[in-house]
Amino acid sequence: MAEAASPLLQVRGLSAQFTTAGRVSQVVNGISFDVAAGEAVGFVGESGSGKSVTARAVMRLAPEGSSVALGGSVLYDGQELLQLPEAAMRDIRGRRIAMVFQDPMSSLNPVMTVGAQIDDIVRRHTGLSRQQARQRSIELLDLVGIRDAARRVDDHPHQFSGGMRQRVLIAIAVSCEPQLLIADEPTTALDVTVQAQILRLLMRLRQDLGMALMLISHDFGVIAGMVERVHVMLEGDIVEDGPIDEIFARPQHAYTRALLDAVPRLVPVGGAA
Amino acid sequence: MSTPSVTPVLQVRDLSVVFPPRRSAPAMRAVDGVSFDIAPGETLGLVGESGSGKTTTGRAILQLQRSSGGSVQLLGRELTTMARGDVRRMRRHMQFVLQNPYSSLNPRMTVGRILTEPLQVHASVPKAEMAERVAQLLRFVGMDPDVVQRYPHAFSGGQRQRIVIARALAVNPDFVVCDEPVSALDVRTQAQIVALLRDLQQQLGLSYLFIAHDLAMVRHVAHRVAVMFSGQLVELGNTVQVFDDPRHPYTQALLDAVPIPDPARQRAKLAAPAPELEFQRGAAPVGPCCFGEDHAHTGTPPWHWLAVGHGVSCRFQALAA
Repeated sequence: MAEAASPLLQVRGLSAQFTTAGRVSQVVNGISFDVAAGEAVGFVGESGSGKSVTARAVMRLAPEGSSVALGGSVLYDGQELLQLPEAAMRDIRGRRIAMVFQDPMSSLNPVMTVGAQIDDIVRRHTGLSRQQARQRSIELLDLVGIRDAARRVDDHPHQFSGGMRQRVLIAIAVSCEPQLLIADEPTTALDVTVQAQILRLLMRLRQDLGMALMLISHDFGVIAGMVERVHVMLEGDIVEDGPIDEIFARPQHAYTRALLDAVPRLVPVGGAA
Repeated sequence: MSTPSVTPVLQVRDLSVVFPPRRSAPAMRAVDGVSFDIAPGETLGLVGESGSGKTTTGRAILQLQRSSGGSVQLLGRELTTMARGDVRRMRRHMQFVLQNPYSSLNPRMTVGRILTEPLQVHASVPKAEMAERVAQLLRFVGMDPDVVQRYPHAFSGGQRQRIVIARALAVNPDFVVCDEPVSALDVRTQAQIVALLRDLQQQLGLSYLFIAHDLAMVRHVAHRVAVMFSGQLVELGNTVQVFDDPRHPYTQALLDAVPIPDPARQRAKLAAPAPELEFQRGAAPVGPCCFGEDHAHTGTPPWHWLAVGHGVSCRFQALAA
C-alpha cells in the first residue's frame, strides 16, 4: 500500500460509549485503521467485540434505544465526520458511504414496492425525475442480478426470497455509487448457496464501481476471499491486523489463532480440494 | 433403506407431512417420502436449505408434528399410530435441543428447577436422589453444580446451550434431535458445544439427528449425512461418501457454496464464474431417468444405490440459470 496517497477513510483513536437505560458501557476503546480508495478491509470478531459498533460509528449511527458518544477522529476524504453537522452527515450517508445490514427483511419497508424504495433514495441524492429514477431502479435491480427487473420493480418485499431482498438492499446501497460500502454480516441470515451468490455480487460490484468495502463478519471463511486486509477485534480493541493471507498463514495473537482454529473446515486440513 | 447390521434406534420410512391449504397458499408437502435409519451411538446429519423440510422432519419424528403418512419406529415401537399417553411415556427415550438457547429456557425458573422438572415428569429418579442427579447432569455438560440456584439470564449463550443439553439428558434418552444446536453461537463456542455433544455421545451411547445448514459443521459431527431438498431426500450416505464424492447435483452445489477458510483458494473460487444452478422439484420422472430406469414401468422408487449405504435420488433436474 503506497503511503503517499491519503486513505479514503482514516480512523484514529475511535471510541464509542453507549448509554442504555442510564448504564454507560465502553464498547470501542480508541481504535485506529485506514481504508484506501477501492480497498476491501475485513473486521472479524465475536459478538460483543465492537465490530458492528465500529461499522456504525463510521456513519454516526447508533443501535435503536441507545445513545452513543463517539470520540477520536473519523476522517473521510479529508472531512472530519465526527464534527460534521447532522444535515451534512445525512448527505454523506447513502450517497458517499452506504451500508448493508444482516437482516434483509427488517431493513425494507413492507408496504412499499421495492422500486419505490430505490426511487426514494435515488431521488433524494440525485436530481433525477420520477421517470428517470424508475428507469434507474430497474437498472439497479438488473445490476444486482434480479431477473425480469422491469416487472419485479413493482413487487413488494414479501414477494422476494431472503437472498433477493438482500440483493435489493445492495441495489439501494450502491444506487448512488458510494465510494465506500459497509457490509455488516451481509450473509449471516442466508443459506450457503445464497451466501455464495451475494459474496460474488459484492465482489463484482466492487470491481465495476471501484468501491471500497468494509466487510464485518464473525466468520473467517466469509472474509477469506473477499478482502485484502483484516482487523481482528476483541472487546473493543483491534488485537491484530494485517494482509489477509498473512493473518491466515501466520496469526500472531492467540485470539486470532483461536478464531481461525474454530472455523469448521469442509476438507480436513491438508486434504485435497 | 440401508441395511445396517445392528438394529436401528430409529427407523423412518416414507415419512410425509402435508400442511393443509390456507387462504392464499395451496397444500404443501413439507416432507415427502423420507426414509432413513439411525444406529445406536450414531449421528445422522440432516442438511438442506431453509424451507427444505429438515426441521419439520425432526418434529414429525418426535411426534410434535402430525405426519400424513409413513412410519417412525423408535426402539422398535411405532410412534405414528401410538396413543398420546404412550407417546408421552416414549419421550424419555427421545429428546431435543433447539437452536436458540435464549428462548428455550424458562427465565423464571432456576437451573435446578429446569433440570428437576423432567425427572419429576418421567418419575425416573427417586426424590431423594434428584439433587445428586441434577449435579451429575451439570457435571456432564461441564458446568459447576453450584449454579443450581441461578437463573438463565446469568449465563452466556454457550452456557445456556449446555443447560439445554443437560435438560435433554436428564431422562437418559437414547435419541436426541439437535436442530441447529450451535448456529446462534460464536464460532469458538460452536466448537465447544460440538465437542461436548460428541463426548456425551461416546459416554452415553446417544444417537443424534443433527439438523444443520452448516455443512462444514456437519462434516465434523456426523457419521452419515442425508441431504434434503424441497421435502425429499436427494442423497444419503456416510460422511466420506457424501462430502468427498457427492453424486447429486444439488449436494454438489451445496458443497461448492461453502466458503473455504483459505484466502487464495476462496478468492479463486469467488472469481470463477458462478455455478448458479436452480433446482426444480421433480415430479415422478416420465420415461427413463438419468440412470436409464423407467420407474413408472418398474414400479421402484426414484432412488438409486451407488455403493453400500450411498444412495441418490434421480429426481430434480438442475436448470442452468
